[in-house]
Amino acid sequence: MTLQTLRKGQKGRVRAIATADADLAVKLREIGFSEGDEVEMITSGPFGEPLAVRLNRTLVALRGNEAAAVEIDHD
Amino acid sequence: MTELRLALVGAPNCGKSTLFNGLTGGRAKVANYAGVTVERRIGRFHTPAGQAIDLIDLPGIYGLSGRSLDEKIAVDSIVGASEMAPPDGLLVLVDSSDLRTHLQFVLQVRALGRPMIVALNMIDLAERDGVKIDDRKLEQLLGVPVVRTRATRSNGRADLLERIDTLAAQGEWKRPHQTGKVDVIASFQREAREMARAVILEEPVMNRLTRAIDRVVLHKIAGPFILAAILFFMFQAVFTWATVPMDAIDSAFAALSGWIKTELPQTWWRDLLTDGIIAGVGSVVVFLPQIVILFALILALEASGYMARAAFLMDELMLNVGLNGRAFIPLLSSFACAIPGMMAARTIENERDRLTTILVAPLMTCSARIPIYTLIIAAFLPNTNVGPFGLQGIVMFALYLAGVLSAVAVAFLLKRTVTKGAAQPLLMQLPTYKMPDLKDFAINLFFRAWAFLKRAGTVIFTVAVALWFLATFPQTDQGIAGSFAGRIGSVIEFLLKPIGFNLQMAIAIVPGMAAREVAVGALGTVYAVQGGNESSLAHVLQHAWSLPTALSFLAWYVYAPQCVASLAVLRRETNSWKWLWFTVLYLFGLAYIAAGATYWIARAAGL
Repeated sequence: MTLQTLRKGQKGRVRAIATADADLAVKLREIGFSEGDEVEMITSGPFGEPLAVRLNRTLVALRGNEAAAVEIDHD
Repeated sequence: MTELRLALVGAPNCGKSTLFNGLTGGRAKVANYAGVTVERRIGRFHTPAGQAIDLIDLPGIYGLSGRSLDEKIAVDSIVGASEMAPPDGLLVLVDSSDLRTHLQFVLQVRALGRPMIVALNMIDLAERDGVKIDDRKLEQLLGVPVVRTRATRSNGRADLLERIDTLAAQGEWKRPHQTGKVDVIASFQREAREMARAVILEEPVMNRLTRAIDRVVLHKIAGPFILAAILFFMFQAVFTWATVPMDAIDSAFAALSGWIKTELPQTWWRDLLTDGIIAGVGSVVVFLPQIVILFALILALEASGYMARAAFLMDELMLNVGLNGRAFIPLLSSFACAIPGMMAARTIENERDRLTTILVAPLMTCSARIPIYTLIIAAFLPNTNVGPFGLQGIVMFALYLAGVLSAVAVAFLLKRTVTKGAAQPLLMQLPTYKMPDLKDFAINLFFRAWAFLKRAGTVIFTVAVALWFLATFPQTDQGIAGSFAGRIGSVIEFLLKPIGFNLQMAIAIVPGMAAREVAVGALGTVYAVQGGNESSLAHVLQHAWSLPTALSFLAWYVYAPQCVASLAVLRRETNSWKWLWFTVLYLFGLAYIAAGATYWIARAAGL
């Protein structure tokens, strides 16, 4: 499953960054996503997007499109 | 001893600018980057050992891929790819509460092989939360000096300065070295993970307070309401809190002018002093309190960490226009001044989105328009209530709203025509909330207020003097119409008559090109020269202008690109004359149409 499909309050661990968009992959890694990191869905914006995700000890905002590139294992 | 050039490197929100202000006292000269002609701040300070340091403040970056303009600047400065020589060394700042995420960046920078010091910044906040880091172990594993810092306190910066001195004494900074190449971040992640495991001894869950605040602030329903309330409060504060100091400044200038008139003999230079300089400069300086309040609130929103939340909440709305939530921050800053606004747009990665944001930034009602709006509204609209709200406040709000809605409409059109492109991804950190540091906040606010006063003291002073001469000579029996200013103005008046402008307005908007608020000073000078009576400018205008004319003047200033400084920045940030002329023409076009429509509709309505 991907980060996008996590529901509010659910946690998981990053398994892989999987996207054909090489630029997006670099961006996701630079902001801190890497294999084994803990993620938790915190909330989403007023219209369902963007998503606010806890990544280890930080909070990251991203849209569903970007979140779909982060494959996770559900805890 | 020759100076050392050191660059501050680190992620956004890790305290680089605070450290910069703390070390240099905020005194910085702004230098241009060769090639891209974008500014950066360089400040000089001395270490305890007397070593002179030129510190370079770089934009925040998470890695060295350099995608947005800001990031490119930072990366080029570090590796020395721009025409400027690379710095002697790097000070790499890391937010200590988030070492795990940012260690990969430290490793990526280390691979460049440049002399560097790693500073574990905000270590106090991290330890208060229960984070424990073995910094000696980290130094050993990294193989570069690691210090603990607290950028806001001078004793929190002492270790860093000592380390800079030690390395200087050993000649480390100037040691010839092999520059390594930039490697992708992915190749450092495994090493960073292992290193984090070894040096982070304890790491509790995320900051509870931030979690708790965000439960409310990012709430689907409460969130947007809180944002709206903050914006409403901001504008209320600007217009109500400022009244007392504004009245005080106003009466101080009036008293000064009156004192000069009684104490000095009646000469042309006395009139220059009172009607030219004091009337011109005074009518602008009076707006300092409003500008200080507006900047203070925007700075507080930024420093507290709320601004990124505002961008989060606005993202979906901005997406409908074709921009992303990031564009909200430059646009909100543009309410203070379009210049920092357009520069803040550098954080937007996509060039087309950045361009669109810059092109609509002048439509956000900047603080320089406050003098004009306040003057005209106070002079022409009765201080009555419409329901629970004051009529004057409603008109002011309507003017701001007109600017915002126009910006939305123009951005929407631009994104579908000249800056067409797919929606851009949003990816940003929402920083931990923190109390803004008072000293850092004061330094930032002081330099912004100072910039405004300096402008009043130089540009506006010069314009006031020049205009006074042009409006006074040659002295004919036709009054101002016979003067140089009158002759120049009459040419422009011919163009602006169809939209209800008179000669004095035509004269005033020309120097108003220097800065919008100068138009008020210019009106002050023109009518002071002409009338010579002691009543306030608002009072004079009530008799000289019709209501449709006054409303048309307001509408003009919602759109008119009347500030050479912002146009110069627009040209620099877009690096294009084409976009400059495009913006000038579209804004003058809108101004002419809006002012004309307002004038004729108001006349038809019998106002």
